[in-house]
Amino acid sequence: MKTAETPFDFYAVAHVTRIGNQVAGTLAELLAGLEHCSDASIFHHTYQTLGTHHFLTEGFSNDFAQWVLASANRSELAEQLAVLDIRDYLSIAGLRSDLRRVVADYCAAQPELARQTALERFYFCEDVEVLVPLGFTARTLEEFRHGLERLSHASFYFHFISSRLRLHLQTNDFSLWLMTSLGLDTLANSINRIDIYTNTLDSARAKMLRLIDRERRKA
Amino acid sequence: MTEVQVASRVPLDDYASLLGTGEIDELRALAKPLRGRSAQMVNSTAVGGGVAEILNRLVPLTEELDIKIRWDVMTGGNDFFEVTKAFHNALHGGPYHSRSEDFDIFLAYNEQNRARMAFDAEFTVIHDPQPAALVDARNDRSGHWIWRCHIDLSHPNSEVWNFLERFVSRYDGAIFSSPEFSRQLPFPQYLFYPSIDPLSEKNRDLDPEFIALVLSRFQIDPLRPILTQISRFDRLKDPVGVIRAYRIVKRYFDCQLVLAGGGAADDPEGAGVLNDVRREAHGDPDIYVLELPTWAPLEVNALQRASTIVIQKSLREGFGLTVAEALWKKKPVVASAVGGIPVQVIHKHTGMLAHSIEGTAYQIRFLLSHPEIAAKLGENGHQHVKENFLITQNLKNYLVLFLTLAGS
Repeated sequence: MKTAETPFDFYAVAHVTRIGNQVAGTLAELLAGLEHCSDASIFHHTYQTLGTHHFLTEGFSNDFAQWVLASANRSELAEQLAVLDIRDYLSIAGLRSDLRRVVADYCAAQPELARQTALERFYFCEDVEVLVPLGFTARTLEEFRHGLERLSHASFYFHFISSRLRLHLQTNDFSLWLMTSLGLDTLANSINRIDIYTNTLDSARAKMLRLIDRERRKA
Repeated sequence: MTEVQVASRVPLDDYASLLGTGEIDELRALAKPLRGRSAQMVNSTAVGGGVAEILNRLVPLTEELDIKIRWDVMTGGNDFFEVTKAFHNALHGGPYHSRSEDFDIFLAYNEQNRARMAFDAEFTVIHDPQPAALVDARNDRSGHWIWRCHIDLSHPNSEVWNFLERFVSRYDGAIFSSPEFSRQLPFPQYLFYPSIDPLSEKNRDLDPEFIALVLSRFQIDPLRPILTQISRFDRLKDPVGVIRAYRIVKRYFDCQLVLAGGGAADDPEGAGVLNDVRREAHGDPDIYVLELPTWAPLEVNALQRASTIVIQKSLREGFGLTVAEALWKKKPVVASAVGGIPVQVIHKHTGMLAHSIEGTAYQIRFLLSHPEIAAKLGENGHQHVKENFLITQNLKNYLVLFLTLAGS
């Protein structure tokens, strides 16, 4: 079994939510919020919320879409916001730009609806993140599998999904290490293709473990 | 001020069977840089109420992670607690008839408690308005002081809030249970959801025989649908509205209604509400109005588990942890969109929200007609609680907050 020179370091990540000062009661105010809120706020309402609602594999994508649907009652706009796939973005700026464009286009086309008061208000929040090493690493595929099994949901999500923003690549921590340190390109690509929108974190991890087991049987 | 010694302890590892070892490893990793450091929790009661329930579990778990934590309860006479109850209602937006001595009584008891107590922890967390003025004990900028507000401050009485704000604004941060409860304050405000303990008597798994026994004791028919609301007999929980919603449902489904709660005997207002409820229910043998003892966790657990649908039709609500309790038990929930309930009940995903008696009745009828959807909501609700509203998540939030404060 191949041993990597550079080990994979497993991290624990945890967040607390900080309540921001911006609030939206209409679609026009949501648009203003999207323009001015912090990057941490965009991250919180898209990446972070997908992680904490991973078990909702039908119809839940991000907080903006959910609020537009449930409180502003604009299903067509909610759908356009929901289909923005966070894995397509390598920066928050890109994601913010598309969120803003979708809402701005809708508000321009429907100015009266843009001013209608929603049932509930939207509160812009952001995350404060703490990252600490879990104290275990992997140099082989077997050790990697063992570490993967031991990760909490939040840490799994950190390495698998939000790592894209850190790496600025269309990949994730797991796939990058498997490719660059163990030379397992096919396995790395298969893992990168697992759909987080139609899987829970548990089922995504289970698929990953099956792919790793298949690779181990080949060796 | 008295220090609370928690009698019952559940080891952190016992949660691994529910949450996975990864979650427990993560808590230990997060706590490692905080080992040997000190924290203090202060509130106004050691028993009864959601805050005491949370601290009873949170404090020993924090201790197990080698953080020196103590829990102090402030002492006060009846006059103090009458004033703080009036403040509580006023901060929730209820009527308040100002009496000049109220503020003096409040300050006098805070001063008495402050004089008796040492505040030398690195992290001091003061819970709710009652002990808020203890911040006077902070005579320099050492240590981090956090105000944990468990109540809805979205529409506070301005006289009471202006008085309290003098003290609150001297903390380093505040924690609220919902973004809409927060205020404009000169420091960071954090969002912590309240939590339930999955291993407590109120939430742990029960033998089906015990559940059957509880139903039998109250003469509830286990073979017909059971709609349940667990709450104090309080007008803001709208038990009479629940009965009216049930009557609409009853036209279409042969169901039963259980209204169970405690504490009415000691609370003059509660006794009045209980009388109203009994009057409204009069003559219907399928309505069970159960006045439970203040602490009846196993009975509450059994009634929730036996329910077909759990209702929480509050008119105002702080957070409404009975919703999380029901969702943890995989029950479909129909609840009002007030306070912290929409955080727990994501409409059509983890339960159904309603805004009126008729709306509540409609959602109940819908779920009784579509048991497969009800089951899916219950399953999602369980996962939602597992991710967000368990005591271990609350513990994690405090660890992250302490690490953040220490880093800053």
